[in-house]
Amino acid sequence: MGRIKDCFENLKAGNKKALIPFITAGDPSPDITLPLLNTLVENGADIIELGVPFSDPMADGPVIQRSTERALKHKIGLHNVLDMVREFRKTDQKTPLILMGYLNPVEIMGYDSFAKEANEAGVDGVLLVDMPPEESDALQAELKKYGIDQVFLLSPTTSDKRLDVVCAKASGFLYYVSLKGVTGSNQLNISDVSEKIGHIRQKTELPIGVGFGIKDAESAKSVSAFSDAVIVGSSLVSLIADLTDKKDEMLIEAGKFIAGLRTALNVT
Amino acid sequence: MRNTSSTANTSSADNDNQITLPDARGHFGPYGGRFVAETLMGPLEELTKAYEKYLKDPEFNAELEYELKHYVGRPSPLYHARRWSEKLGGAQIYLKREDLNHTGAHKVNNTVGQALLAQRMGKTRIIAETGAGQHGVASATVAARLGLECIVYMGSEDIKRQSTNVFRMKLLGATVVAVEAGSKTLKDALNEAMRDWVTNVDNTFYIIGTVAGPHPYPAMVRDFQAVIGREAREQCLEMTGKLPDALVACVGGGSNAIGLFYPFINDKSVRLYGVEAGGEGLETGHHAAPLNAGSPGVLHGNRTYLMEDEDGQIIETHSVSAGLDYPGVGPEHAWLKDSGRATYVAINDDEAMAAFHNLTRTEGIMPALESSHALAYVDKLAPDMSRDEIIVINLSGRGDKDIQTVAALKGITL
Repeated sequence: MGRIKDCFENLKAGNKKALIPFITAGDPSPDITLPLLNTLVENGADIIELGVPFSDPMADGPVIQRSTERALKHKIGLHNVLDMVREFRKTDQKTPLILMGYLNPVEIMGYDSFAKEANEAGVDGVLLVDMPPEESDALQAELKKYGIDQVFLLSPTTSDKRLDVVCAKASGFLYYVSLKGVTGSNQLNISDVSEKIGHIRQKTELPIGVGFGIKDAESAKSVSAFSDAVIVGSSLVSLIADLTDKKDEMLIEAGKFIAGLRTALNVT
Repeated sequence: MRNTSSTANTSSADNDNQITLPDARGHFGPYGGRFVAETLMGPLEELTKAYEKYLKDPEFNAELEYELKHYVGRPSPLYHARRWSEKLGGAQIYLKREDLNHTGAHKVNNTVGQALLAQRMGKTRIIAETGAGQHGVASATVAARLGLECIVYMGSEDIKRQSTNVFRMKLLGATVVAVEAGSKTLKDALNEAMRDWVTNVDNTFYIIGTVAGPHPYPAMVRDFQAVIGREAREQCLEMTGKLPDALVACVGGGSNAIGLFYPFINDKSVRLYGVEAGGEGLETGHHAAPLNAGSPGVLHGNRTYLMEDEDGQIIETHSVSAGLDYPGVGPEHAWLKDSGRATYVAINDDEAMAAFHNLTRTEGIMPALESSHALAYVDKLAPDMSRDEIIVINLSGRGDKDIQTVAALKGITL
């Protein structure tokens, strides 16, 4: 079995929680993505979610939308993202990498070619925001051939009936969307999330990550108390955006931000 | 084509009974479906249940019928355009006068239906996306009528093109939110409305204006618009003693076209023509004709034909009419195209503009630029048909909203 499973098992053995940062591939420019990925890992990221730019990011708030627009100015498509993964794998064979994005770029590449190429490049998991389990049979069949996990979202509006459907199809881990809204929203209610995660645990053995609305060390820490992984996107992407023209500083600050989260998660 | 779900029913037997589509999960063959983020799956199931329940509810249908009659002004007339028919020297041309509806277009048929549904579901806040502004006006209108809060998302580019409709929505008490993302047109307004819905699902009903979006929208909007075809069928039989030989309607998302086509789908003798926006010409790439020049993909919750590049990015569209300026099309049209039941053609900006002037001068009816695309195709179709054949065109909206665009193209400042 793959890197994602190994990663969660190792963390569990060390009584640690996974830190999963998200960045958009090619944002703000294609040459920075590889050094950023390496910086994130060096500073304590356990798994990385790499965003595949899409012209119509319906589930994303303004921060991630703009990151996508910056990447698309450089015409970064799924092929380019897979090239970046290939480069990353030349020096890092350990860190699990998950592609996150929307279905259409995968659809146009074709499910079979995508699964094959993603596997060859070194992708471990795929999270397609607009592809619920009900629509994913054909893609999943292709991904399974190569042992690529399909990560699904769960949300506060997921009914018990749907919870069973999602848990049955998911692999790798489950991504709990902590609030109703788009990425980068900020009305996180810790006790609600905690209760819901407890409920989900009764249905699945899979690790559960929590994302949306986690901004800093404090919120990461409180969410890690009841989840297996903490996913941080908009705050990191926003930091990157602010330093668009200062790449050295961007790498340093992104590293510091991740290191800060890592430290907070490690304190018991 | 890919069969993406165990329940997607793509057997060829469906060609003989298309009226039964979509299947339980909203698939029209390989098209349609429900491709949305997890947060919307629950609300869409809730909506589907409510829609299926009230669709069969006599009380709901009586209220809907009452509103359509007394508020919208239905039935809309079927008008024999004698002078124009004579000029073309071929088929007899009949106009289904959706332009005479309250608010001036077919859009209100659907907003009345969905708003009544929203009310029954206990939702107090209505959101809508709009391109030309007709759906926004129709949504704001019924929201005012029912005392519901209304927020309309509109691309800032469209706001510039359709300032009269923006003012109209504001007069009706709606909040119009300018969308600055992407191409600043209809597709971006839809993205933004989806984002609002995902954030405010508890009290909010999203009235989608066309037969696109995730299940149940394509089927639900079709069912609310099918009143157009039901009436036209009855009126044509009454006036001429037979069914029409051809139906023609413009297709952006495709709600007025499906509304006209649907009750005729099993009448195999009736040819169906959908007219897409050819913009500056299909060969230029500047158009909004996914069925003519696009490829299948997934956008806005459904699989359908799209205008997209080789990376699967949605590309910007062009049409002189804001209401057709959309890179996708309803999934049922994608299915009708593939199954061969309907034919989809494209009409360029200048042809549509000529048809606008022609109908205005020949029949004293000023059509919307969207509907003018359908009219322009009839200019080509009718002369090759015999004088006892019948064409019914959906005159989906009136042209008052477009006079500024028309004036600008002629270099006139109003």
